Amino acid sequence: MASRISVFFKKPEYDSAARHLTKEMRQAFPSRKGVSAETARTFLVEGPGDRAFLGEAAALIFADPIIETAELGTWPEKRFDFAVSVGYKPGVTDNTARTAAQALADYAETRKIPGEWNVAYSRLFFLRGFADAGEVKAFITGNVLNELIEQFELISAGDWKAGRRFSDTLQAPHFERGAPYETLPLDIEDPLLTRLSRDRILSLSLEEMKAIQGYFAAAGERREKRAAHGLGPHPTDVELEAISQTWSEHCKHKIFAARAFYRDSHSGEQRTIDGLFKTYIKATTEQIAKTRRDLLSVFTDNAGIVAFDDEYAYALKVETHNSPSALDPYGGAMTGIVGVNRDILGTGLGARPIFNTDVFCFADPSYDGKVPAKLMHPKRIFRGVHRGVKDGGNESGIPTVNGAIVFHPRFLGKPLVFCGTGGLLPRTVRGRDAVEKPVPPGSLIVMVGGRIGKDGIHGATFSSAALTEASPTSAVQIGDPITQKKMTEFLMAARDRGLYIGLTDNGAGGLSSSLGEMAQTSGGCRIDLDRAPLKYPGLKPWEILISEAQERMSLSVDPARWEDLLALARLHEVEASVVGEFTDSGYFHCTFEGKTVCLLELEFLHHGLPRLHLRGVWKRPTLAPPDPKILQVENQLALLKKMLVRPNIASKEHWVRQYDHEVQASTVGKPFTGVDRDGPGDAAVLKPRFDSWQGLVVSCGLAPRYSDIDARAMTLAAVDEAMRNLIAAGGDPATAVGLDNFCWPDPVSGEDNPDAEFKLAQLVRSCEALQEACLAYGLPLISGKDSMKNDYGRGKERISVPPTLLFTAAAKIDDVRRSVTTDLKKAGNAVYLLGLTRSELGGSEFLAERGLLGDRAPDLDAAGLKANLAAYRALHQAMKKGLVASCHDLSDGGLAVAAVEMCFGGMLGFTLELAKVPVEGLPSDTEILYSESLGRLLVEVPPARAKAFEAAMKGTTFAKVGLVAAKPVFTVKGRSTRGLLLEVPVAPLKDAWKGALVF
Amino acid sequence: MKTKTPPKKSARPRKSPKAAPRPPAKGKPKPSAKAARSKGGARASGVRVCLLTGFGINSDRELGACFERAGAVAVPVHLSELVSQKNPLDRFQIFAIPGGFSYGDHLGSGRVMATRLRLGLGEALHAFVAQGKPVLGICNGFQVLVKAGFLPDLSGKGNQELTLTHNDSGLFEDRWVHLAAAPKNPSIWLAGIRSLQLPVRHGEGKLVVPDEAALGALRAAKLDALLYTDAGGAPTQAYPANPNGSAGAIAGLSDQSGLVFGLMPHPEANMIRQHEPQWQRGKPSLIGPAASALKADDGSGMALFYNAVAYCRKNL
Repeated sequence: MASRISVFFKKPEYDSAARHLTKEMRQAFPSRKGVSAETARTFLVEGPGDRAFLGEAAALIFADPIIETAELGTWPEKRFDFAVSVGYKPGVTDNTARTAAQALADYAETRKIPGEWNVAYSRLFFLRGFADAGEVKAFITGNVLNELIEQFELISAGDWKAGRRFSDTLQAPHFERGAPYETLPLDIEDPLLTRLSRDRILSLSLEEMKAIQGYFAAAGERREKRAAHGLGPHPTDVELEAISQTWSEHCKHKIFAARAFYRDSHSGEQRTIDGLFKTYIKATTEQIAKTRRDLLSVFTDNAGIVAFDDEYAYALKVETHNSPSALDPYGGAMTGIVGVNRDILGTGLGARPIFNTDVFCFADPSYDGKVPAKLMHPKRIFRGVHRGVKDGGNESGIPTVNGAIVFHPRFLGKPLVFCGTGGLLPRTVRGRDAVEKPVPPGSLIVMVGGRIGKDGIHGATFSSAALTEASPTSAVQIGDPITQKKMTEFLMAARDRGLYIGLTDNGAGGLSSSLGEMAQTSGGCRIDLDRAPLKYPGLKPWEILISEAQERMSLSVDPARWEDLLALARLHEVEASVVGEFTDSGYFHCTFEGKTVCLLELEFLHHGLPRLHLRGVWKRPTLAPPDPKILQVENQLALLKKMLVRPNIASKEHWVRQYDHEVQASTVGKPFTGVDRDGPGDAAVLKPRFDSWQGLVVSCGLAPRYSDIDARAMTLAAVDEAMRNLIAAGGDPATAVGLDNFCWPDPVSGEDNPDAEFKLAQLVRSCEALQEACLAYGLPLISGKDSMKNDYGRGKERISVPPTLLFTAAAKIDDVRRSVTTDLKKAGNAVYLLGLTRSELGGSEFLAERGLLGDRAPDLDAAGLKANLAAYRALHQAMKKGLVASCHDLSDGGLAVAAVEMCFGGMLGFTLELAKVPVEGLPSDTEILYSESLGRLLVEVPPARAKAFEAAMKGTTFAKVGLVAAKPVFTVKGRSTRGLLLEVPVAPLKDAWKGALVF
Repeated sequence: MKTKTPPKKSARPRKSPKAAPRPPAKGKPKPSAKAARSKGGARASGVRVCLLTGFGINSDRELGACFERAGAVAVPVHLSELVSQKNPLDRFQIFAIPGGFSYGDHLGSGRVMATRLRLGLGEALHAFVAQGKPVLGICNGFQVLVKAGFLPDLSGKGNQELTLTHNDSGLFEDRWVHLAAAPKNPSIWLAGIRSLQLPVRHGEGKLVVPDEAALGALRAAKLDALLYTDAGGAPTQAYPANPNGSAGAIAGLSDQSGLVFGLMPHPEANMIRQHEPQWQRGKPSLIGPAASALKADDGSGMALFYNAVAYCRKNL
């Protein structure tokens, strides 16, 4: 029978969780008196130790003797209206319970008590100020727990007095496995094929189902081979699931591989594109690669690999985890970050993750409209996603160095959660080229790390569909950063000792996807599914094959090194198991207890997928220019104040501070800078080697607001913003690389998706613009990803996210001691503005503040791109000579916001003269202040260096637009009005800007 | 066993520790003085640092780099390896527990690691200190040393006497803080340091004492070695200068011998001058005689490592 160990705080002042919960309860019930909470923790434990042992263990391991007391089966006197216990459902990853079980086993071992422990963990809440159980339920399900993965028990004070207590049954996940497989005949009518795909969450189209039907219908050699392995002509569920995972949009990128027909309804121009990826992305990089020697591996591995110096290379990858984060923001975001860490760990012979980047897109957290069924309020998503990424990154010991949080109303339908990781990889390991990844036939398949459970089944196929009320909850999973950290250290040690030949991560699609990919290199594989370690019994073979249970990697291992690898794994307390071998049989072959359950020709599995055909028609949306009256702003100060507290502009410090951004001691350019360490940084500057001053600059850009005008503008803005940020911090443009992450609403036509052709046209325009900008800037695309089903619901209820490209960029800097920050440094310095300001308010934060979209978003033609690059190159040379004191890029909110942010960092004043700003046409003062034209940077230069700076920038568009002032006052002299447009002390502006997004 | 009397000449004048050295563990062979010199002596092979790793520790690499920059040899050793060996610490002069999230801190920060360390390595570590060898715990390592009873150990019994728990803000935060060394503190790690800036990166750094008397006793023994201060250098309880609400503004503790030191802020994160967020605005933050030991581009945090290495060279 299970025993209960509960841990209570000795004094309320130690209970910080209660303080925060009480605050939330008071917000939820503002007029209620006497609302308060107390918290505690409780564990149900079952194992070989007796009561005396548990008493000792409770005091030693579970409670802190200074501030807590542990109770073994007893309850102290508590005053409450309702007692609530909240714990994970059986089978869901529970890191606290796992640690408790391990600590109990370790302690028992010192007392010579061998055996396993089972533990369930729950949080306890004792709530006061409630009379109604329904009200408590509503509050806790809305604020404390997620019913998809957690369960709760509620006991009223009355019931408690009557003797009722929380259940003492330790629930264990229990499943019946049944037969090892089920056959699923495909010689059925088309509607039944479609239904089969939907019912089993295969996410395959009819055409794809028919291709599978054709494969199994073929008689002859194929049937004989199957018969020889004891299989009939019809596919097994294992086979169908393996195909469906491999063919998922998530794994095969069907939309980017499709043949796409595009027509511009205005010009009448039309053409057929032979694959967006091949035409616009791969071709771009191949073109640029001709002039670059540092691109060691692109498009073949988990992540792009770029030379850092003669000894090291860096790898960079950005992933999205949108659908899981919509269902369970905490678990979804956490598995996003630890998942992309594994991508890097599985790059080449294994790269060590050295930094994370995180970009989130949410609806406004102050949204007060209706939240559609199954979706969560944006505030809750924001909190959960942030906490998941924070815990995932911090606990893994990887600094989160760069990112963004962007808001748009339509991210209500699906939040976007981009998680990126960079890694460092020695270019050779024990004489082997560490970029190469051979998988010789005869090598063992070894799975290391966590065990397999039902968690994450159908993650890959589920993310390839729109979110609906019927989305599967099994797709939700929680990460375990500590298990992964142990695995990481083990793998790094095994790599350096040459104990494995190659490796890859188990992500979407689980073993079916990771081993299916590796088997392509060797020419086949045999997986013995019964040899894979399970979290609990009862999993069916197909579930073992496709489970996305976290923290696992697959290795290919020389049988002669297996014993050594296993010994090292034991030292690190990491589980490692042989689960099969790589072959050259030409088959993806799975067995279970000696019987074949899956036998698929590798060629069909990877190349049997019929190609998608898509159609896009571009028709410009009907747009209106803003009423000129809008631009005549009476009170510029009131406007500036309003702009600074807009969610897209307000400081994100409250959230970003919670990320460890400097573990590993490489972060030189930090997220915040300046006298009070609260001025925003443009890009991260890292010094990855302790013994070298060479650095890596990392930045990002995205502008979903422009998509509703033209996805082309959105794309140019994303690429240029990332590039500007790199340059602003000191990155060398000649070494810059980029990563494209597309998050799009579904561009595949269907009953539920009437405007798919428009969405595809947007995608084509975005790809074209991406190619144009990257070719112009010399930016190779070293890695990327697409997430193409970012919609909620069907029909009229459908909410589609604005098409979004996240552009992540990195560049080297020769010496981090020449890097530049954004904070103003010294009174008397000159401030220059680089680039041309146009009347480009379309999609701007200014018009959004006025509730408008506008018609003219920032744009760049070939000449504009060329001019920008010339300016970036010149500025970089000026920085290398030490001519620049500070530099900040202009993006959301334009010149006004960038200028005032530089004042925030330096707590100095700035006098800006709009008449001196280089402009095109005759923009008004408001346009000059808030237009978001691309290619612009503010640069602070000491007077003694002004001449040299101007010489360095010769031939580019720039002007001296103001001076740094000692008194922290932001002053703007208007172009059209004589005298002052604005004169405002910096401190109160900064307070408003810093406090706007704290909740 | 070569039981070192506490060093007379340390990096700066200080009082001799009052705590009696622990007797060596029973049944263990006593190495001869010669053996101790060749195995544990600092001069024979330079100062060797044992860096604890494993189970979620994550700041080991940069901490090792700091010790190496200060002239020592840093050897990462997995906890499983340490607890399985007979005399695991004999070949080292410094023992350091880096920051991280040992066992995920799921049962309270440092709790599980502290139990494992105490049961598996406790005697060896007490003997190590008794030999006059320095021990350092940073962040999670500090939490482990406190919860395993090594700090402050006023009673000399090796029990947990106070704790580190959730910040008043309820948040994990990464922020740079102003720190001052308490006057006349016994720590060899803080010799010559008056004040400096370091980052804190924790959610559970609030030092809590059982009662006011305990805080008084700490202060009387000068073990409240490192304090959070405002920009003017005065110890403070005000957030965010005191980032967690620690009693007595305590950021770091020494034991009575001055050899064992633990702190929540991260000296290894201020290895180079360019780590300080204000490096483009002026000089390194370190104030005190120890500043003269810093080389070009050294960060202020390096002073602690130079101190410990110099101490070992002189005394071991």
